[in-house]
Amino acid sequence: MKLSSWGRLSDEHYPTTPLSREIDNHPFIKSDSSETAIVYGMGRSYGDVCLNPGGRVYLSSGLDRLCSFDAASGELICEAGVLLKDIQTLFVAKGWMLPVTPGTQYVTVGGAVANDVHGKNHHSHGCFSNHINWIRLARTDREEFICSPTKEASWFNATTGGLGLTGVIKEVSLNLRPVSSCWLDTETLTYSSLAEFSQISKDSEEDWEYTVSWIDCNSRKRNRGIFIRANHSQSGAESTPTKSRLRVPLVPPLSLVNRATLTAFNQAYYLSQKQKSGMGRSHYQSYFYPLDGILDWNRMYGPKGFYQYQLVVPYESGMPAVKAILHEIAVSGQGSFLSVLKTFGDVPSPGLLSFPMEGLTLALDFPNRGKITLQLFRRIDAIVAEARGRLYPAKDARMPAELFAEGYPHLSEFLPYRDPGLSSGLSKRLMGW
Amino acid sequence: MKRFVIIGATSSIAEHCARLWVAKAPIDLTLVARNAVHTRSIADDLKVRSPDSMVTVVTGDFEDPDSIRRLVDQILKEGDADCALIAHGSLADQSACQQDLALNARELNINGISPVLFAEAIANSMVRAGRGTLGVIGSVAGDRGRKSNYVYGSAKGMVTRYAQGLQHRLAGTGVTVTLIKPGPTRTPMNAHLVDDGPPLADVAKVAATIVSGMEKRRNVVYAPRRWSVIMMIIRHLPRFIFNRMDI
Repeated sequence: MKLSSWGRLSDEHYPTTPLSREIDNHPFIKSDSSETAIVYGMGRSYGDVCLNPGGRVYLSSGLDRLCSFDAASGELICEAGVLLKDIQTLFVAKGWMLPVTPGTQYVTVGGAVANDVHGKNHHSHGCFSNHINWIRLARTDREEFICSPTKEASWFNATTGGLGLTGVIKEVSLNLRPVSSCWLDTETLTYSSLAEFSQISKDSEEDWEYTVSWIDCNSRKRNRGIFIRANHSQSGAESTPTKSRLRVPLVPPLSLVNRATLTAFNQAYYLSQKQKSGMGRSHYQSYFYPLDGILDWNRMYGPKGFYQYQLVVPYESGMPAVKAILHEIAVSGQGSFLSVLKTFGDVPSPGLLSFPMEGLTLALDFPNRGKITLQLFRRIDAIVAEARGRLYPAKDARMPAELFAEGYPHLSEFLPYRDPGLSSGLSKRLMGW
Repeated sequence: MKRFVIIGATSSIAEHCARLWVAKAPIDLTLVARNAVHTRSIADDLKVRSPDSMVTVVTGDFEDPDSIRRLVDQILKEGDADCALIAHGSLADQSACQQDLALNARELNINGISPVLFAEAIANSMVRAGRGTLGVIGSVAGDRGRKSNYVYGSAKGMVTRYAQGLQHRLAGTGVTVTLIKPGPTRTPMNAHLVDDGPPLADVAKVAATIVSGMEKRRNVVYAPRRWSVIMMIIRHLPRFIFNRMDI
């Protein structure tokens, strides 16, 4: 079947094998065959981490059963194809939520583990893998087994954030957290320089669980943005607000995000958010997943698709690097309105290839304009490398292998854990297999 | 608590219907299937979704009339069903069935005779109780025979006629029979069609259409709904055109 990732940069036909629990002893993985495969969940990663040009794709959507829930401890055991959305919807009514969730809930548990996703509360709760008890892994070269931080720990560390390359993740035990409310008390602030952003971030770390900021990547004069911080409300109506579900109904012939629309949109967005400054209240869905309200929003970048570029740089070298990167982007006239700047805390992740590290992270969308977009990326790459930062593989479709190797010092430790029956576009591009 | 029964509970469509039912309110649900291990993992899933529901697993032979009788008696001994769904089936290998008459007979039995015997036995108990909704899963394949799957299609055609007969007989009683005709759906039964078959419908959406159709006590539910239009055209295509089609 034809599959794309969220960036819509390719649309190829893949031979597929649907995974399901009914298939015993994973005969779907044939170790004697030279064909390699990768597991595809919801296709919400942006580049080629979930794709496998020239190879096979295993579809995990059939692995969608919940196995058990312990209402005393919050431990949920479920299959890897279960959606975060299903977990949130089902458990929020019972007073539990995922402790860490990325910006979309349309991802699978397996994908969240493989990419070791993070959320707006990284400074207080770390990554997705910080809340996992164990993973059931099916390999092509050995019997299915369970790995955890205490049992087969090296496999656990390789698999969390392991980009789906250490085996097929079949089942996961994770801890939900009790929440006082599915509503959040929010505060919206504006900032007009990176120094100001930095100050607000620092001030928020202690008392606010969630922090995120939108930054205007087109403004050349100053780095203005909107900072939104939030905590779970102490009480509140449990009802879910009725949501209008919008959809980008078709792929426009040209990207709707371009030089002409960008400045106008950023200006309008900044002013509209500025008006909302101050305290407010937000349902978790609109605060955590603002873009889930618009189905197929990735279509607005037109038929050529788009790149996402997410980097993290350590604090010490961070501010000048982010400033230089924003300057490069503003000068280039590329970039988009979906630019996010936030801080990562010091909670260490077990994953050898986990993306988050203490510092500043910046995420940007770029309509695919071919060569000039790639040239801009090379200029930003240089700044990231200089600052000893790294890029997020889940969002990447083009980083140079050297940048990957430099950014991930545990790469050589990771490589022995690779499953010889698995590969992805990203593994071929960055690891040579 | 309302009492629900699913025959053929490992059917992916039935599993998704069950998820929707337990999401609405806690129910007393009996899952009837041939494979105990698979059914238990479905029961576990439903119990996590709805801890207040009662989920029971019953297994037995679906191909023998006496066994069907015993199974239905055993299930309904516990109480009358408010809602039952008959969902089992197997996608027959058409060309193998053309060669092997014993296989052919087994496929006709499991897709045709077995579900209608369950329907008869359950409908009778619903009539005695004076209430109930009985859903029977047929198929769009039952609407017109075609070369690529007429063994499966004719068994499902039997389900169609049988359900029509029951609907006629039970009109005016408190019992509703809903004939469900799914189009090709993304389920393990159709796994071989994922790469080069017709586009497959999402099983959760198909289940939502079925659950809402049964709630509204419809006689016939096509899922997805567009198949009612497609099949109306296919049923009415003149033979000289239909016979030239490679479907």
